[in-house]
Amino acid sequence: MTGLERIRATFEQLKQEKRAAFMPYHAMGYPSRPITLEVISALAEVGADLFEIGIPHSDPLADGPTVQTATYTALTKGTSLADCLAMVRELRASGVKQPFCAMSYYNPLFRYGVERFVQDAVSAGVDGLIVPDLPPEESEDIEAACRAAGLATIYLLAPTSTESRIRMVAQHATGFIYLVSVTGITGARTELPSDLKDFVQRVRKHTNLPLAIGFGISTGSQAAAVAQIAEGVIVGSALVKAAGSEDGVAAVRALGAELAAGSHGLTRV
Amino acid sequence: MKAPINYAAYPDESGHFGPYGGKFVPETLMPALEELEEAYLKARSDKDFMAELAYLQRTFVGRPTPITYAQRLTEHLGGAQIYLKREDLAHTGAHKINNALGQALLMKRKMGKTRIVAETGAGQHGVATATVAALLGIECVVYMGTVDMERQQPNVFRMRLLGTEVRGVESGSKTLKDAINEAIRDWVTNVRDTHYLLGSVLGPHPYPAMVRDFQSIIGHEAVYQMREGEDGPQRLPDVIIACVGGGSNAIGIFHPFLNFENVRLIGVEAGGHGIEGGEHAARFADPKMGRLGVLQGTKSYVLQDDDGQIAATHSISAGLDYASVGPEHAWLRDQGRTEYTYCTDDQALKGFKLLCETEGIIPALESSHAIAHVMELAPKLPKDQIILVNLSGRGDKDLGTVMKVF
Ligand SMILES: Cc1ncc(COP(=O)(O)O)c(C=O)c1O
Repeated sequence: MTGLERIRATFEQLKQEKRAAFMPYHAMGYPSRPITLEVISALAEVGADLFEIGIPHSDPLADGPTVQTATYTALTKGTSLADCLAMVRELRASGVKQPFCAMSYYNPLFRYGVERFVQDAVSAGVDGLIVPDLPPEESEDIEAACRAAGLATIYLLAPTSTESRIRMVAQHATGFIYLVSVTGITGARTELPSDLKDFVQRVRKHTNLPLAIGFGISTGSQAAAVAQIAEGVIVGSALVKAAGSEDGVAAVRALGAELAAGSHGLTRV
Repeated sequence: MKAPINYAAYPDESGHFGPYGGKFVPETLMPALEELEEAYLKARSDKDFMAELAYLQRTFVGRPTPITYAQRLTEHLGGAQIYLKREDLAHTGAHKINNALGQALLMKRKMGKTRIVAETGAGQHGVATATVAALLGIECVVYMGTVDMERQQPNVFRMRLLGTEVRGVESGSKTLKDAINEAIRDWVTNVRDTHYLLGSVLGPHPYPAMVRDFQSIIGHEAVYQMREGEDGPQRLPDVIIACVGGGSNAIGIFHPFLNFENVRLIGVEAGGHGIEGGEHAARFADPKMGRLGVLQGTKSYVLQDDDGQIAATHSISAGLDYASVGPEHAWLRDQGRTEYTYCTDDQALKGFKLLCETEGIIPALESSHAIAHVMELAPKLPKDQIILVNLSGRGDKDLGTVMKVF
């Protein structure tokens, strides 16, 4: 099975079970390499359906303070793109089965070499790719390489996206589409935006792909609310913050269980 | 023979200069870039808009800025004749106001936005933006790295006097690059009512083209002043020299001269403590660290490590202390139309001092890099050759830095 097929199968399975996917993000290498491996294994045990593997970059311009600090820490510990792929390989070897989507700003990939990256990512066990500063207009090379290797190309849509951009992104996306819940950067927020439902409906008009919502989700009840309108619930900053706390792995396990229950507990309407 | 290049045809419709440029930004901003491009294209062909811009350039900025024949500097160096294009005499003391005024007027007249965010390194772009925001009655926030706030204190105070909120940036190297990250994050969050007033020929399309066009007034004036103006030599210069941070003052003076193939165009980057040690901001001069890459929305030469992480840069001048360079410069360099060199902090300081003593002009440390290259080049050229230097700004803001040295 290719990565794209694994991602499709995951959403297909969840659809039959009438559940939304719980999709945690982790900043690889934060707060350390061993804790990263433990955090992801713990999340896999408490119900994660798909992972976002955050590759650190010196200039994460779409990220809020939590992810900035985490990726900066990972970088100061020497976490490279190759290390991130090595961690994926190790997690696969230790039995983690869920799809992995690598999330990286463009420059580290570009420098590594787009084709070489895609090959190495696939062989390590990565299934999809998200590049937050790469709109479809600039992604010809990456798309060609991903298509050849069976890697999903996941794009983001934002509340500001126009109809014509939604249509265009829907044509390029495979696997699922990542809906940015707010006009803003990553970071936990206490409330979900009120126009989220409208946004989801605007996107549905142009695609049958699963829609996953992220940015700002931090609690089980928020996850449950999102699970009612989308096929996936993405949680980043709240989990990253937990991972950096004193007993990080336990904190992630507890919050992960709450978020998984929220994502899974309610039937999608 | 090679067919002549149609420089006016760049960037192409998707915002590329050959392999450089483009739009590498989060989706949230893509609609804003489309909207900005549309507004800009409309404004460019709108007579009323262009007339109002020209009126403010005359009556508020004080354009045209003169050219000055640098007689004592020429005699001192003993070679080519040296002329200075006096952007230091523009209101607020640097070329930055040309672009700030253009964009602020565009926002006010053509876009339904009410708030400006900007980044600043040397503080000149921040002061220019704060100034036009006050002039046009627009709310303004400027992001500035705390290292730069320290070395350009007078400009921080100026911005605040002008009613702008200056927000210090503590992340990363606490300089220009980090200020841009923060400004972009603010823009992503407030994009519905906020315009990002980017200060150089950097960032995603349409910024490199739009900022170039607003700055090209420097070159258009200079073509006339050199060739026909009463204070000029009645001919075009043989060489034009400008410092290159992001590259806006350089592209502003270069662009109208591109079709005059006999005019050599030389950009001077910041060599910091020298290339070998890696403490510099010379993107074109360091083949090890200066590689093709993407930073803050555009593809160009970027100082970076083997993992694609952006390198820390160093320059004594905050305005040149940046890891990337405008995409059009990279492209013009590939075409062989422009050349780039660098000078070190020490050389720039010598240029600074020499211009003070020979011409009675205190230049910005950025512009002092251009002067330093003149010191190298002018003596090697015959006396009938003419060099035109873009004196991008005045040095009052740098007195704190310079006082520690002299
Ligand atoms: C006086 C002066 N010259 C030059 C620069 C460098 O910018 P650019 O290369 O865009 O002209 C600055 C930037 O702050 C400046 O203040």
